[in-house]
Amino acid sequence: MKMRAIARGLILALTLSPVMMGTGFAQSGPLRIEVTDGVIEPLPIAVPSFVAENAAAKNLAEEISRVVVSDLVGSGLFREVPREAHIANVTNFDAAVRYADWKAINAQGLVTGAVSVQGKRVIVKFRLFDVFSDKPLGDGLQFAGSTDAWRRMAHKVADAAYSRITGEGPYFDSRVVFVSEAGPKGQRQKRLAVMDYDGANVQYLTDSTSIVLGPRFSPTGDRVLYTSYETGSPRIYALDVASVSRRVLDSQAATLSFSPRFAPDGDTVVFSRSQNGNSDIYTMSVRGGAQKRLTSSPAIDTGPSYSPDGKQIVFESDRSGNQQIYVMPAGGGEPKRISFGAGRYGTPVWSPRGDYIAFTKQNKGRFHIGVMRTDGSEERLLTSSFLDEGPTWAPNGRVIMFMRETSGANGTSSLYSVDLTGRNLKRVPTPLGASDPAWSPLQK
Amino acid sequence: MKNYTKLILVALSLTLAACSNSPLSGGFGGNQNGLDGPGVGDGSADDPTSVAYFMQTIGDRVLFDVDQSTLNDAGRTLLSQQAAWLNSNPAYMVLVEGHADEQGTRAYNLALGDRRATAARAYLVSQGVDASRLSTVTFGKERPLEICSQEACYSQNRRAVIILSGGINS
Repeated sequence: MKMRAIARGLILALTLSPVMMGTGFAQSGPLRIEVTDGVIEPLPIAVPSFVAENAAAKNLAEEISRVVVSDLVGSGLFREVPREAHIANVTNFDAAVRYADWKAINAQGLVTGAVSVQGKRVIVKFRLFDVFSDKPLGDGLQFAGSTDAWRRMAHKVADAAYSRITGEGPYFDSRVVFVSEAGPKGQRQKRLAVMDYDGANVQYLTDSTSIVLGPRFSPTGDRVLYTSYETGSPRIYALDVASVSRRVLDSQAATLSFSPRFAPDGDTVVFSRSQNGNSDIYTMSVRGGAQKRLTSSPAIDTGPSYSPDGKQIVFESDRSGNQQIYVMPAGGGEPKRISFGAGRYGTPVWSPRGDYIAFTKQNKGRFHIGVMRTDGSEERLLTSSFLDEGPTWAPNGRVIMFMRETSGANGTSSLYSVDLTGRNLKRVPTPLGASDPAWSPLQK
Repeated sequence: MKNYTKLILVALSLTLAACSNSPLSGGFGGNQNGLDGPGVGDGSADDPTSVAYFMQTIGDRVLFDVDQSTLNDAGRTLLSQQAAWLNSNPAYMVLVEGHADEQGTRAYNLALGDRRATAARAYLVSQGVDASRLSTVTFGKERPLEICSQEACYSQNRRAVIILSGGINS
C-alpha cells in the first residue's frame, strides 16, 4: 500500500535516530508510539507555498501553507525542510513532481496545494507525496468553505497528511474550551473562552462577573458544560456555543454541583453533587428531569469521565483515605480501584480511543500528568512541575493538553500540550492566563 | 495556641484598616447574601454587638490541617466563642465559606472546602445556633487569602470563614 511506504519511512527515521538509542523505545507495543523519553528525529517534509490559482487567492495560499507547516511541525513528528533549500519551484498544482529535486534536499514527504478564492468562498486542493518511493501517498483532496474558515481548511490538509503518514487519527481541526484568567491569584477573574487547538481565533463565552470552572465539550462540540458561581455557589450549566445562551442544570436548594461531563450519548450528564458536605456522583439528562445517584459513600467522589463506549465511568474518590482512581459501571455499582502507586490521583479522563486513562498525580510536593491503562497498569508520568493539572485528550487520543500553574504570589496559569509518549511538551499560546482546557471532538 | 490566634487577629485588623470599603474582608463572591445590605457596618469594635467586635475580638475564621476537614482544638474553641456571640446576637445571618490551599486538584478542593464549611456549620449548630441562620458555600482553591506558595500561606488558606449579614438594624 502506498500509505505504508511512507509510514515505513517514518519508522525508519525514528529507528535510526542515534538519540533514540539510549532512552529509546519502551519495551513493547507499536514502535512509533511507545516512546517514553528522549528526542526523536522528526520526519523531514517540504511544504512549498501553495499555488494561488487566482489573484484573490495570493495571500491565503501562503497563509494556508504556513498553517499546514505549523500543524505538522507542531506535532513534533515532522520538521520542515526550509523553503530556501527547495530546488523545485511548484507553480502548477497538476504538473508532474520532480522527485529527484526533493530527494536531493532529503525531504521524505512533500505536501503541495493550490488555493482559489471566489468571492467569500475558498477552495483548497492538496496532494501528499512519498518522495523516496516516487509516489503520491493517497489521493488528492479538495476542501471548500467560507474564506473566514480558511484556517480550518489548512488544518484539514494537515490532518490528512498527518493521518496518512502516521496511521493515527487526525486532531488539528479541533477547538479547545478553557478558562481565561486575569488578575492576582487571590482575586482571579475567570471567563469561559474557546479557541482553535493551536491558540488562534479566541472567542469569549462568558464575562468575568462569576467564577467559572471546568468546561467540557459535548460529543458534537456544539455545547459546553461547566461550573459557575452565578448564583453564589457552584452549579453546573450548559452553554450553547453558537448562541452563547446558557442555562443552569441543577438548582436544588442546599446542594451544590460541579465537575460535569457529557456521556458519549450527548444527552446524559455525569457530575458531582454535594449535600451536607458529602460529594457523590450523579447523572441527569442535559434536558433536565430526575437525577440518578451512582455513588453513596461518605467520601469525596468527583471527576467522573465516561469510557468512549459509554459503559463505564472512571472517577476519583478519597474513600480509601486519600484521592485514588476508581472505575464503575455507567449505571452505578461496585467501583474498582485502579490506582495504587505512591501519592494522590485525581481528574481521571478516559482516552477517546479507549486505551488509556489520563490523570493528575500529586506526590512529594510535585504534580504530574500521567497515563495508565484502564486497569491501572503501565502507569507512566508525562510531566512534572509545581502544579500540573487537568488533562484533556486530543480527538485522536495521541496528545494531551493540561494546565500548568507557576508558584508564588505572581504565579500564573498556562495551557500546555504533551504527547502520550511524554515527548513534545510545549506551551499553547493564550492571550491571558488560562486553565481547565477541554479539547473538542474533531470538527465536522 | 492563644498567641497564634492573636497573631491572626492582628493581621486581620491590618487587613481591615487597609480595606475600608470592605468591612467583611474575609468574604468573596460579591453577589450573595447582601454583604453590603442594610444594617451591616463595621460599627465600633467597642460595641459588642458589632461586626467589628466579632471580627477583632472573636475572629471570623478557623483553620484546618492539610487535606483535613476535621476541626482541631483551636477551631472548636473559636467556633464555641463564635456560637456564643451569635446566640447573643440573633439578628445576624451567617454564611460559612470553606476554602482550600492550592495543593490539590480543583474539583477535589471544591469538595474539601464544602466539607470544611459543613464541619464549621455543624459545630455552630451543636452549640445552639439556629440552623436556619446558617448557610455554606465552598470556594475550593479559587480564593486564597495569602498568596505565597509556602506552608505559611497554605495554613491560612485552609479555612472556614464566617460572613455576617443582617444585624440589629435589618
